[in-house]
Amino acid sequence: MARNVTNQRKLINTVLAWGIGLLIFFPILWTILTSFKSEATAIADPPVFLFFDWTLDNYRVVQERSDYMRFLWNSVIIAGGSTLLGIIVAVPAAWSMAFVPSARTKDILLWMLSTKMLPAVGVLYPIYLIFIKMGLLDSRVGLTVVLMLINLPIIIWMLYTYFREIPGEILEAARMDGASLKEEILYVLTPMAVPGIASTVLLNIILAWNEAFWTLNLTAAKAAPLTAFIASYSSPEGLFYAKLSAASTMAIAPILILGWFSQKQLVRGLTFGAVK
Amino acid sequence: MTLRTAFCAASVLALATATGAFADSHTTTLTIATVNNGDMVRMQGLTDDFTAKNPDIALEWVTLEENVLRQRVTQDIATKGGQFDVMTIGTYEVPIWGAQNWLVSLNDLPAEWDADDILPAMRGGLTVDGELYAAPFYGESSMVMYRKDLMEAAGMEMPDAPTWDDIRAAAEAMTDKDAEVYGICLRGKAGWGENMAFLSAMANSYGARWFDEEWKPQFDTDAWKATLTDYLDLMNNYGPPGASTNGFNENLSLFQQGKCGMWIDATVAASFVTNPDDSTVADQVGFALAPDKGLGKRGNWLWAWSLAIPAGSDKVDAAKKFVAWATSKEYTALVAANEGWANVPPGTRTSLYENEEYTSAAPFAEMTLESINAADPTNPTVDPVPYTGVQFVAIPEFAGIATQVGQEFSAALAGQQTAEEALEKAQALTTDEMEAAGY
Repeated sequence: MARNVTNQRKLINTVLAWGIGLLIFFPILWTILTSFKSEATAIADPPVFLFFDWTLDNYRVVQERSDYMRFLWNSVIIAGGSTLLGIIVAVPAAWSMAFVPSARTKDILLWMLSTKMLPAVGVLYPIYLIFIKMGLLDSRVGLTVVLMLINLPIIIWMLYTYFREIPGEILEAARMDGASLKEEILYVLTPMAVPGIASTVLLNIILAWNEAFWTLNLTAAKAAPLTAFIASYSSPEGLFYAKLSAASTMAIAPILILGWFSQKQLVRGLTFGAVK
Repeated sequence: MTLRTAFCAASVLALATATGAFADSHTTTLTIATVNNGDMVRMQGLTDDFTAKNPDIALEWVTLEENVLRQRVTQDIATKGGQFDVMTIGTYEVPIWGAQNWLVSLNDLPAEWDADDILPAMRGGLTVDGELYAAPFYGESSMVMYRKDLMEAAGMEMPDAPTWDDIRAAAEAMTDKDAEVYGICLRGKAGWGENMAFLSAMANSYGARWFDEEWKPQFDTDAWKATLTDYLDLMNNYGPPGASTNGFNENLSLFQQGKCGMWIDATVAASFVTNPDDSTVADQVGFALAPDKGLGKRGNWLWAWSLAIPAGSDKVDAAKKFVAWATSKEYTALVAANEGWANVPPGTRTSLYENEEYTSAAPFAEMTLESINAADPTNPTVDPVPYTGVQFVAIPEFAGIATQVGQEFSAALAGQQTAEEALEKAQALTTDEMEAAGY
């Protein structure tokens, strides 16, 4: 029986949802608005919200000073590459943990997650030295591998959770029909887990896109992604908020657009299995 | 099929990542790490002049926020990572890194570079055992910037070389909290390069010092007590609210909006506060030397962003060509021709201050030069000290210690503890750290 929801309650819920939504979105909105202000207006006290002389000058300066496309391309390669590599490694791992668990599977899952609890700076120097030895500093290959390894526990955990929702009997049926292990994973399991894999991919692209510690520490000029692009607009002496906001807006725009178009998939994937 | 497509996409991406390996073998590419400030950004826009003269050298820039840059270049130079061929470093790093042989000596730059033209205070701060380890790109000291209109309204006149008592009297006279005008704005944000830069320089003028000749911390002396008490007194009575989180940019913003009667900070700020595009008080700003206490030292610091070549670079010859170009008199002339004399990097060469075109375009030039000349990094304090550096102590432990001390002083400014408590904690933590470091 459907719950009896009054119009008043609906109104309150709607207003509340919009309020919370706007509150969460406000910092991004403020960044976008600041990017259209002059440096003097950006620091005005009291702050100016909408009524100011809108200008595209900050975007012009940022375009002149930085090769945005090079940073963007690096971000696409590093975020996309690390996620794809991660999925390739994680699908078989999650399959084995979900469908042929051993006595230690739970321990392994927890151990993998525990690596996320280590502060990144704790392993900066070992990784930095390894990168020097292997000639991987400031290379997209090196950064792709590092980001893949960093996000791998999350990818495996997410896929493991989705795979557990898929009845093992279906895979068993495929095996009885003569499917090999490869065919079972490729043609039976993967198509059924597409919503889960898609949301995992999206979430990991976002995580890799926004990753700022390793991308700032292991890159210089060639492999620097958009996080380095943003960092270059912070200044110790001089006004920079408007230009920094323009750079930030340009850096988050692609991922915002991706998130906007895939939000249905993202929500579906994230709530997959929540309601049976 | 989905997974097969994914494999194909991954392969394409892997191939794309490898494309960076194919560089033109005839060109030497220099990677230059730098901070984001107006002068450095301007240089990036003018490098066509360098690459036209040196077609076999290409330049790649890595621009980072100051603290990130400091961490990145330190990490790279300590591990000999070789990611950078030219680094922008400050006067704090040069003596420490030079002594470690982490930098390439620049004593053999060409004669036309004219090392003797570099301001003596700057050259002294960048030289270790007779070896020049960095070429100054732009230099700064600190000075008093004040509102001429507010001083006039108060019936006062700012001396060219004020004392701390003059500053206090002026701050009191100009403060009008109802109109949101505060007599004085000073750094309060914790950090060795933030509030401690100001307070260390102020302490020098009060006869205080970080360490005595036996490297014993000196926060338990009357001179430090007088320094901190007067600073807190000034800020609590005549400073803006929330000053414990104010750094350079916050105070710049307040001054430009007409909310500060005085601001004692980097000389480089002069060009910002007199710029009518950003500053509401551009035509009302006067300049004076940093204050003293009659003890022979002024409360001004000395800093230079300089270009240095890490010992790990395998492109030293090309890097030297670039450093010589970027810090030359010809580069100064190039900036002047393209962007006007007011925009040339200040504070490094004597010849610049002898150039009438520059001194007439930059009303703050004379005071900047006098401020720089008034700072002596090799003899910074009233009493003798075993270290060099005006607003810092050129030892590797300093940045960590001073940041902690800065947090204590910032907490005192925020009203969380008294000056005595802050000094007591500063003395204890500095003693612990120095003992642990083997001093």
